[in-house]
Parts: sequence; structure tokens; C-alpha cells
Amino acid sequence: MARLISIPLLILLTWLVLALCSPLLPLEPDMIALEKILVPPNWQQWFGHDDLGRSIASRLIMGARTSLSVSIIVVSISLIIGIVLGVLGAWLGGVWDRALVMVIDLFIAFPGILLAIALAGLLGPGLMNAVFALSIVSWVGFARLARVQTLTVRERDHVLAARALGTSELFIMIKHVLPLIMAPLIVEATFAFAGVVIAEAGLSFLGLGVQPPQASWGSMIRDGGAYLLIAPHMVLAPGFAILSLVLCINLLGDRLRDAMDIKEQTTA
Amino acid sequence: MVVMFGIVTLVFLLIHVVPGDPVEVMLGETARPADREALREALGLHQPLLTQWWQYLFAVVQLDFGESLHSRQAVSSVLLTRIPATFILSISSLLIAVIIALPLGMLAAVYKDSIWDRLAMVTAMLGVSIPNFVMGPVLILIFSLWLGWFPVSGQEGFGSLILPAITLGTALAAILSRMVRASMLEVLQEDYIRAARARGLFESRVLTLHALRNAALPIITILGMQFGALLAGAVITETIFSWPGIGQLLIESIQKRDYPVVQACVLLISMTYVLVNLLTDLIYVAVDPRVRLE
Repeated sequence: MARLISIPLLILLTWLVLALCSPLLPLEPDMIALEKILVPPNWQQWFGHDDLGRSIASRLIMGARTSLSVSIIVVSISLIIGIVLGVLGAWLGGVWDRALVMVIDLFIAFPGILLAIALAGLLGPGLMNAVFALSIVSWVGFARLARVQTLTVRERDHVLAARALGTSELFIMIKHVLPLIMAPLIVEATFAFAGVVIAEAGLSFLGLGVQPPQASWGSMIRDGGAYLLIAPHMVLAPGFAILSLVLCINLLGDRLRDAMDIKEQTTA
Repeated sequence: MVVMFGIVTLVFLLIHVVPGDPVEVMLGETARPADREALREALGLHQPLLTQWWQYLFAVVQLDFGESLHSRQAVSSVLLTRIPATFILSISSLLIAVIIALPLGMLAAVYKDSIWDRLAMVTAMLGVSIPNFVMGPVLILIFSLWLGWFPVSGQEGFGSLILPAITLGTALAAILSRMVRASMLEVLQEDYIRAARARGLFESRVLTLHALRNAALPIITILGMQFGALLAGAVITETIFSWPGIGQLLIESIQKRDYPVVQACVLLISMTYVLVNLLTDLIYVAVDPRVRLE
């Protein structure tokens, strides 16, 4: 695990700490200062001000809060749903498994983010709807992985032994199957996390995520688009924020995969 | 076939997940009850859900997607005007991705663990991590606003295609080059490669004719699977560049609450994706004679 301590991890932790501590920091993300409209980055404000004179640094940190909280919630929800359905499907087999496979196939037939855009669009803009839409799309990958993994584990000898000892089915699933299938799921969750960060920003970019004045990196890029020539920092700052976060998560995911010795899936 | 049936059903259900009454959302709260009833009647919303679903299924088979609530045109004719733009954009992005990924991935595989390999993989990592709504504005800033090489947005000839196509193709190029590398590395260890080299064939011939052909299968798989992500990415890319395709239409219709058009866009994109995956399976047979269609 020592190999995981690295620059990407530090950057990720920095964003996490900033997001967690944002209520304690002297931030003014909604403070409109007319005399500072579109002021470029300078020594006092490293990231400059936006079209309403708001501090971009403050909004970046609030954006990190939005982005990370949405991602953590969405990944947790879909991981739990995916594991429960995937393990149960593989365990029960028969009709249940076939039904699960059918639903999974159906959801995979949709390009994920498209379904999220349509759902979020129809439900109406808002953070809760975005979380809902992203969760609906994200559980499928986990369910598929959990199912396949469970299918290989359930035939192992230790499961048979546990059953012979009269252990209850639920206990076997939790105690003897779950720990063995967790590794690939955690790696998958890491990449899903990066995916949800991008997806949330994407929805907010399209105006389907957070609503003003709440800050999200996606909506900051959307707002900055109109001032691209005179105030490129409005787009570049949140752009680099997203890039830094996603890049670090992806790099960590790669290392995690190597550390846990999981083969890269061709069906990503 | 079953999947297509499921997709239509899911898209049909989409409109029914709208909280509350879709008619109310469309007309606003101040609408007269008579108008509401009229719209409800026109949309067939007064009928039982099962009947609606059946009628929707039947209409879709006949390529009848209803009428746009906004322009009162048939949705199918609105779609037709938008399809060419999205088609051109996605095919160009696909080409760009392949043109970048093949040499990059092969270079990385042939010179494994060298500086070229590292450089190629760092580039690929960056490519996966930069979302298109960041890539697009940055490209516009550099190449349109600062250098003035390409138009900022819209569809004015070949020049305006380049930036959107690069924006959309980047992620695919990155994923693809990792796949090309992995797949080539596997193939390069095979005996027939050593045999080909032993026969004194030129390295370039060994790589392209012997190695790449055998590495092609997983590469084509990933191309097919990622095409869906490409189509979905087109929605955002078209919005950035005001590219008049299906994606832009989808976002416009969402904003106007033009539900039949939203449904039709989602349906069209998903169906295209399913068909592309079907096509991928067919290409398999053409590329690899070992694969037979059952």
C-alpha cells in the first residue's frame, strides 16, 4: 500500500480537505463585487474574479465541495445497489439472475451519460435530480462486476465447507463471498468516481446540475464561456481543477489495480 | 431485438418519470383546464398506461415519433435535418481517434518501457482525464481566439469541423491507444511474429501485416463499445460549438420541455449505438476468419 502514497494522492487529499473545511475557511463564493468584475488573476486573488466580481478561488473550493459530495454519494449508492443486486442475482440464479442480466443488458445498451442527461433534463434541473440520474446510470457496472465475481467465487471449496457446516446463506454471502469480490469492485469504484466527477460537471455545464448561485466546476465553465476572450481564467481555473482531480483519481486507480493485481478489463 | 424493445420501453417510461403532471409542466400552472384537457387528449395521456405504451411501440416501428410541441413539425422530419451534422462529426472524431491511437499505441508497445512508451501513456492518461467541456473551450481559446485558425462555432465549411472533431475524439483516442498497446504487447510475444522476423521480413511489414491484424479484434471491440460514449459526448460537444446536430437538438428540447423530441433523440442515439455494436460483431467475421456467426 506504500506505493499509493504519492503526488496524486496528496492532490486528491488537498481537494478533499479543502472541500471538507470550506465552511471554516474565510470564503465569499457569492460575494458580488462590482468593482472587481472580470479582474484577472493577481497576487491577492490567485485565480481572479468572475463576471459578477466573485472570487474564483472561493468558488473553486465550493465547487470541489459540490463535485466531491455528489461523487461520493453517487458512487456509494450505486456500489451498494450494484453489490446487493449482483451478488443476489448470481447467488439465487435461475429466473432472478436472468431478470438481472436482462436489466443490466438494457441499461448497458444506453450510452450512460446520455440517459443521465435525459433523466436529469426531464426531472428538472437541480442537484438532487442529478444525483438520482447519475445513480440510476452508475449501479449497472457494479452489478455486472459483482455478479460475475460471485459466480466464480460461489463454487469455491470454502463456500461448500461453510455450507456443510450449516452456515446461513446470508452469512456466507457477507463473510465468505463479499471479501473475495471486493478488490475489483474497489478498483471499479475508483474509476467510477472519476467518471461521476466528470458527469456531474457535465450536467452542470449543460445547466442540468446545480442551480445558481451555488458553485460547480461545470457551471463555472459554462458561465465563463461567454467571456473566453477577455477573461480566459474563468474557464481555465475550473478546467484545471477538474483535470487535476480526475487525473489524480485515474492515476490512483491505475496504481490500485496494479497493487491488487487485477487484469485490465477489455470490456471497460 | 429484445434490447431494442427494452430501449423503446425505457424511453417511453422516461416521460412518465416526470414528477407530477407532464401537461402541467408543459403549459405552466396558469393554463386553462380546457387547454390542459386538449393537450392531454392530443398526447393520448388520458388513456391507460399500457395502451399508451402499445401505441408508442406501434408508432415507433413506423418511425412516427409524434409532433414537436414547440414547432408543431413532425419529430421525424426535425430529426432528419439534424442527423447529417452529427453523423459527420462522429465519423470524423472516430477517424481522428484511430489516426492518433494506432501509431501512439504501436509506438508504446514496440518500444515498451522506453521514454516513448511513457510519453504515449501519459498523453493517453491526460486524454482520458480531460472532459470535452474543458477541452473544447481551451481549443477554442487557443486556435480560434488567439491564433484565429478556425471559426469559434457553427458549421461553416471544413474548418469548423476540426475543433469539435478533435474535442470529441480525444477521449476515444486515449482509451484506444491504451488498448492498442495492450493488445499489441500480447500479440508481439506470439511465435508467428518471431517466425516472421526470422524469415527476414521488414519490421514494418511484421508490425502492420502480422501483428496489427491479429491485435485488431480487441481494438474493434473497444471501438464499438466506446462509440456510445462518443455519441453521448457529441451532446456536450455540439452544445459547446453550436454544432447543429442531434445532441444540440436534445439539449434545446430539454430546455423547451419539448418531450416528444427529447424522447426521439434519446431513442435515435441509443438505437444507433445498438446497431453499431451489431455491426462490430459483423466486422469480427470479416477481420478474423476464426470467428463464425452462429
